[in-house]
Amino acid sequence: MKAVLKGNRHAVVLMTLVGFLALSMLTATILGKVGISFSDIAKMFLNKLAVFDFEPTWRAVDETILFQVRLPRVVGGALVGGALATAGVLFQGLFRNPMADPYIIGTSAGAALGATIAMMLPVGLAFLGFGLVPILAFVGALLTVLLVYRLARVGGKTPIVSMLLAGFVISGMLTALMFLLITLSDDLHPRIQSVYMFLMGGVSVSGWQQLAVIAPLVVGGIVAARLLAFRLNAFSLGEEGAAYVGIEVERDKMVILALGSALTAAAVSISGLIGFVGLVVPHAVRLVLGPEHRLLIPASAAVGAAFVVIADLLARTIISSGELPVGIITALIGAPFFIYLLRRTRKEYAF
Amino acid sequence: MIAFRMEHVSFTYGDRFELRHVNLSANEGEMVGLIGPNGSGKSTLLKLISGVLPALEGDIHLDGLNLRHAKRKAVSQRVAVVPQQFHMPFAFRMEEVVMLGRTPFLRGFSDGDGEDHAIVGQAMESVGVRHLEGRFFNELSGGERQKVVLAMALAQQPRLLLLDEPTAHLDINHQVEILQLLRRLNQEHGLTIIAAMHDLNLAALYFQRLIMLKAGRIVADGAPCAVLTSSLIAEVFGAYVQVQSHPMVEVPYIVILPPDGETLNATALAASKPSVRAGLGGIDTTP
Repeated sequence: MKAVLKGNRHAVVLMTLVGFLALSMLTATILGKVGISFSDIAKMFLNKLAVFDFEPTWRAVDETILFQVRLPRVVGGALVGGALATAGVLFQGLFRNPMADPYIIGTSAGAALGATIAMMLPVGLAFLGFGLVPILAFVGALLTVLLVYRLARVGGKTPIVSMLLAGFVISGMLTALMFLLITLSDDLHPRIQSVYMFLMGGVSVSGWQQLAVIAPLVVGGIVAARLLAFRLNAFSLGEEGAAYVGIEVERDKMVILALGSALTAAAVSISGLIGFVGLVVPHAVRLVLGPEHRLLIPASAAVGAAFVVIADLLARTIISSGELPVGIITALIGAPFFIYLLRRTRKEYAF
Repeated sequence: MIAFRMEHVSFTYGDRFELRHVNLSANEGEMVGLIGPNGSGKSTLLKLISGVLPALEGDIHLDGLNLRHAKRKAVSQRVAVVPQQFHMPFAFRMEEVVMLGRTPFLRGFSDGDGEDHAIVGQAMESVGVRHLEGRFFNELSGGERQKVVLAMALAQQPRLLLLDEPTAHLDINHQVEILQLLRRLNQEHGLTIIAAMHDLNLAALYFQRLIMLKAGRIVADGAPCAVLTSSLIAEVFGAYVQVQSHPMVEVPYIVILPPDGETLNATALAASKPSVRAGLGGIDTTP
């Protein structure tokens, strides 16, 4: 009976959160620098779906803006937020550390170095709609995790403490290398603004082709994370405790790390380094809904997605000229909200 | 029926031997206490039997499984462990912690079906923590937490229960309560129990078989009266004791003597005696 009630509660909570995500995506689609009326947007959608055939009361450029610029960006923002929040849950759960975020074992430094190298290279290259920057950021993030994992491996085991230490040290080294490149390379000076934008984070989707690659990766990753939920619960007991309840610790640790890193790398490739989402969202959701991963994972994914969609909407509309890096918005909204939650709960162990 | 059997098992951490050529077996339904000074290999022995540490040499057989090749899932459907101390990093509720005991039986999206929840309920019932449902694990007292962890272990429906100093850090009432509980599980459900014990008098009272370890070797194995002799305790623990007979039960009762050449404060000794007796006397009146 209790189990049924609990199941219902989960369903209600998740449906509410998904509804909230849909609403935020709708809002972000309607609003923008270029004003397009709601009725025009509705008509364009219905036309696209080939349900109706309304006479265009809008400019052709409006249709391009809506379908080729704004909508991909909204979808991209949702994917980035969902990926980062899920990766945050995975790393916090595995490391039993609420201060862990998706970048904790060096993905950010690796991605930043990769992106910097891509900006220096004189060659232009595109693969599946991706330019060199997202590709090298993705590769840099994954190579760094592999390196950190390899370095932390001692006698067939990868203790979590050595992984955190190795991650810290490698991050420092890669960041230094990145700044060395920036300092030494004359080519980079004109493009310092792009490096800066990458570090601050901003959703940059150049069309549907990128999303067609990223979306399956992120959605599949979130589903896979949900499948690992009971294992993450068991990891709360510590590595030895997890083994006592039947977890193959080394294998599952590797799976969780690989999944979290792939999600992070996917997000980084289209958004640069958006901070705070992967740290704050899982944390805030845990404070409200509890640490049980079966609910925590999908709930965090939905909240993270909505958070980045809204932050990105603000980033592109809040100032009249140009736009702000999303990372600034996520930090400025995220931090005070987070402090509010902490003050309200005040249970030392609760976070 | 043999619950587990270990043959010529050795284990080292680095170059220091933790266990040397240990042969040991226990029958189903036995309640075995492991005693020995710190570092004698009690915890290591428990970890080897639970399979989380692989033996360097030798084999451990458990309910038809050779631990060297067995999957964690299969092992933890048979053996449950109550470790010495448990820290939960997040605000889990106590019933969620007990539910973790069902982990070896879960797969994929399964949240645990009605049967799993029924088993969790039974486990909480038999340990007497049902009334704590809804409370945060980290907010419970030490004794309550120990019982919740015990309930989690029982939710695994193990045939063999391993405990590492289950009464350490607990007040005397909780020590007795936990041991009474273990005795009941052993007698009523035939659960095989192996526990590392640091309190020799409690070990003598509750375990029919004691195994004494010293520097990774078994030096004595048998009934409490055969193992807890003043000469063995002096040799293994380096402590001087007089072994008396418990006033109410036929088990040895150990009185600590001052080291040679010193006299113990006589009033302190006189004051401590009655309170100890009262505490132990209380146990025997319970059925």
